[in-house]
Amino acid sequence: MPDSSAPALVIDGLIRDVGPIAALDGRMKRIVSGVNLTARFGQVTALLGANGAGKTTTIECAQGLQRRDGGTITLLGEDPDRPSAALRARVGVMLQDGGLPPSARPLALLHHVAGMYGSPRSVDELADRLGITSFADTTIRRLSGGQKQRVALAASLVGNPEVLFLDEPSAGLDPQARLMVFELIRELRDEGLAIILTTHLLDDAQKLADYVYIVDDGATVASGTVPELLSQATSAEAQRTITFEAPAGLDPGAALRAGLSVLETRPGSYAVSGPLEQGDLLALAQWWARLGIMPTSLHLASRSLEDVFLALSGTEMR
Amino acid sequence: MTPAAATIRGASAPAPLVRRVLQQGRYETLTMLRNGEQLILAVVLPLMALVALSVTPLLDGLGASRINIATPGVLALCAMSTAFTGQGIATGFDRRYGVLRFLSTTPLGKAGLIAGKMLAVLAVLVIQTAIVTVVALFLGWQPPLAGVLLGAPLLVLGALSFTALGLLVAGTVRPEATLAITNLLWILFGALGGIVLPSSRIPGPFSGVVDFLPSGALGGAMRAALVGGQLNILAVVILLGWSVLAAAAAIRWFKWS
Repeated sequence: MPDSSAPALVIDGLIRDVGPIAALDGRMKRIVSGVNLTARFGQVTALLGANGAGKTTTIECAQGLQRRDGGTITLLGEDPDRPSAALRARVGVMLQDGGLPPSARPLALLHHVAGMYGSPRSVDELADRLGITSFADTTIRRLSGGQKQRVALAASLVGNPEVLFLDEPSAGLDPQARLMVFELIRELRDEGLAIILTTHLLDDAQKLADYVYIVDDGATVASGTVPELLSQATSAEAQRTITFEAPAGLDPGAALRAGLSVLETRPGSYAVSGPLEQGDLLALAQWWARLGIMPTSLHLASRSLEDVFLALSGTEMR
Repeated sequence: MTPAAATIRGASAPAPLVRRVLQQGRYETLTMLRNGEQLILAVVLPLMALVALSVTPLLDGLGASRINIATPGVLALCAMSTAFTGQGIATGFDRRYGVLRFLSTTPLGKAGLIAGKMLAVLAVLVIQTAIVTVVALFLGWQPPLAGVLLGAPLLVLGALSFTALGLLVAGTVRPEATLAITNLLWILFGALGGIVLPSSRIPGPFSGVVDFLPSGALGGAMRAALVGGQLNILAVVILLGWSVLAAAAAIRWFKWS
């Protein structure tokens, strides 16, 4: 029986080097240099950071998929570096790339994975819950990104884990599937699972996380509950944020002067932060005109979790 | 949230080790059997080789009937098809799609995954052997009983050796390269590697080395057993050497992602 007043996962001073890298004359590159994190049962713990910040590396070290080069990790009281079958049975993993065989069919695959566990969840119930039943017999290679994502989530849950790792769980989901997945994550949290998720979307963290760790350039730079982080923002340097919605995948940074931070917080939703002046608003409007875009929403605000994030993670966010 | 929630749910447990490996073996076997290209390589091409060798004079003058010399080599070819080319390609693409990583996070683990793959190779080999044996018996094959008892474990050894080689390739290069390398080597080993044609029938510059290849060693050991009922110790030692080398190299250099 786990002692669930103890944390489910503690990462202390994690260091991870990769390489040798040819571009660095064969030297190693330190991609994680001091991540600290504590995840508790009955909570969603989010690692929030830009792509390449070291989030996936961090949780893969906790899952035993990557070796660490320094620091300590304790997962359910054990070192996960070479996880035992007993430990693996208590931990569910959803990888960023899914890890599903393209020729398999979702329902058959879930039954197969369930067979690895002593007391799995009901596959049919899970498939029903995540809307997999409607494409249960379609080969995985024919599924959309969001459908694959749901199968991967089901596969991570089928063993009835106590700790659940989700690497970018909302990637590729349409708004409806996103609601369904978020609802399930909250429900699992309320059942008492410790859920550790990575995301580069502030919106995910704000909607789901009980506790957020902001990771930048391989290290945790801030942590707290969302309200705590927001109150930190008041002490951060004064700045404004323009948020607007427009087609996804644009680069507003090209139209703006240096020194402003630009972030696509979720596909099609942009945040420009920094010491904004009237001229910046004009530059943005001219840029929309050049592209023939009319934003579907436009908002000017002075503080949000985005500010904390941008203030702490520097200007590299673009 | 009450912190006791997780204790109320009770700890999740893994299925027993044997069940996990059998489960993975069954799953991989079915996956291999459902793959059409794989079946051509595993069954159709070896049968074509068997018929071709029994109707052409390639194996004449070796002191036994064509079919008696051909069948042991074709069984060795079956092992190479499934263990090296088939499992190599499957594993290469499993690696590309992250399947190896995902399954290694389940209670199956890395060791269980490899054991499941070996089990699947052996299961498919049993089916191949049954089909080839039936066809060969129709064509007049008469293996000595002692040879059958000797040949079975040799075939298993050969399959394990080629599985290790296939995993070594799959775990170190891109899946497209694995596809190319294992198919090319299947053709080269099949034609010139001493697997179906004894080394004495291989043209000039190759004949000296083929006995030392995994293909030549397995073909030679199978023919010694199933033609004359004898154990070709040198061939067995060579095969064991390849197994150990390939397994050690695979353990050292296999990349899971």
